[in-house]
Amino acid sequence: MMDMNTPAGAAPIKVDVRHLSFFYGDTKALKDVSLPLYRNAVTAFIGPSGCGKSTLLRALNRIYDMYPNQRAEGEIFVDGENILDPKQDVNLLRAKLGMVFQKPTPFPMSIYENIAFGVRLYERLGKAEMDAKVEGALRQAALWDEVKDKLGASGLSLSGGQQQRLCIARTVAIKPEVILLDEPCSALDPISTARIEELIEELKREYTIVIVTHNMQQAARISDYTAFMLLGELIEFGDTAMITTKPKVQKTEDYITGRFG
Amino acid sequence: MKPASPLYALRRRRNALFLGQSALATTVGLGCLAVILATLAVKGADGLSLRVFTEMTPPPGSDGGLLNAIAGSLIMTFLGVLFGTPLGIFAGTYMAEYGRHDRTTAVVRFVNDILLSAPSIVVGLFVYEVMVATLGHFSGLAGAVALAIIVVPVVVRTTEDMLVLVPDPLREAATALGAPRWHVISRIAYRAAKAGIITGVMLAVARISGETAPLLFTALNNQFWSADLNAPMASLPVTIFQFAMSPYEDWRRLAWAGALLITAAVLILSVAARALNARKGP
Repeated sequence: MMDMNTPAGAAPIKVDVRHLSFFYGDTKALKDVSLPLYRNAVTAFIGPSGCGKSTLLRALNRIYDMYPNQRAEGEIFVDGENILDPKQDVNLLRAKLGMVFQKPTPFPMSIYENIAFGVRLYERLGKAEMDAKVEGALRQAALWDEVKDKLGASGLSLSGGQQQRLCIARTVAIKPEVILLDEPCSALDPISTARIEELIEELKREYTIVIVTHNMQQAARISDYTAFMLLGELIEFGDTAMITTKPKVQKTEDYITGRFG
Repeated sequence: MKPASPLYALRRRRNALFLGQSALATTVGLGCLAVILATLAVKGADGLSLRVFTEMTPPPGSDGGLLNAIAGSLIMTFLGVLFGTPLGIFAGTYMAEYGRHDRTTAVVRFVNDILLSAPSIVVGLFVYEVMVATLGHFSGLAGAVALAIIVVPVVVRTTEDMLVLVPDPLREAATALGAPRWHVISRIAYRAAKAGIITGVMLAVARISGETAPLLFTALNNQFWSADLNAPMASLPVTIFQFAMSPYEDWRRLAWAGALLITAAVLILSVAARALNARKGP
């Protein structure tokens, strides 16, 4: 609707960001950003460091609420509901939009408990049901085979790539509708990165996925739509194939051809 | 090789001088400590016997032990920690989690630091005025309250410090799952900071188990067995104070034994706290 690059017959819009501005104290980090996120698609936010791509992601589940001095202006509609409305229940919102961080953040507890922690926030389950839930989540994150014999071991004992998949498992265990990934591979080696990318491809079938990355190739490999940002502004949004091959804006072309960033 | 320049020779002499001074200072400091510990060990061991743990404090000239003082110290230390720890942990939690950027927190932290270094005799006098003078008698409870007041700032400080060390991404990760604030704190932040917070509590125990001044005007002392919190209660530090100042040889021997007991207890606690801290890593 708002964008010419969007192919006709695209998937329905899951999240609609409209005129979003974001402030860290007096610093304006996002300037009037508007873009749609399509259902069951992977949208990549790309751009050089400090362009606001992570800030935009962090606005989507209002995680910035944890910090005073950070505020958003504008509207973000999730299924037609403005989540920036102060009346919105943020905890329920966050259950709907799961988030995976740049550095793996396993909780200081066992692998099993890492998953059960989130599930217990919403459901009271018996042992057998919880076991099934934990297994399901670990399978979905392609981690089950590696950890099934040591579910009681500390989440911190896993390798970096495994920890990140544990975090993804933890997120999918609470059945979100959108998964927000903040540079999930930047702390991982190429093999772990490949596994996470395969996983994202898998997860796309059930979830709407947003991934922040400063790796152009990664965006090209795994995303359906790409938003290119620069200095807090959305420069171009559209089909990934279009953005990476024939961008309409000169700045985008400069960035993807490696002239800066 | 190039011949050493005069500047280089000067620098070497300065280095030797500095190293010598540092080594001397270290030797003097550690030497004093070693002498103190050795004296304590020798004199304390001399007074130590099974009777110390089985008999009450004696009148001068007769046999006896320190049982009532040991028991009194254990009771009041336990209660002091029991009263002081929750207060300290909650206050530290507020400062690190809810009010980290508040002006109130900065003020509370400043006041807490003053309390941390306040002379403990002031705490004793305060509790004397508030509890002993109003109730009209010395009591073990007043002693425990005085000790609790010393526990609070220690625990506040360590709790705050340890919670601040918990990385924000961990809190964000729990929050992103939709966990409410108190849940993030109680299930994630406390767990990550557990070893440090327990260390703080143990350091507080070590601190109060040797305190004399706050007990002098509150619990006073008791020559006999008493577990009544409403009555004056014996304690090791006050008994040591009383016995060591006395002219009686047998009392002074018991005072040395008591001092050895407290020192050993504090040493064990400190080592345990350190061991716990060392295990903190993943």
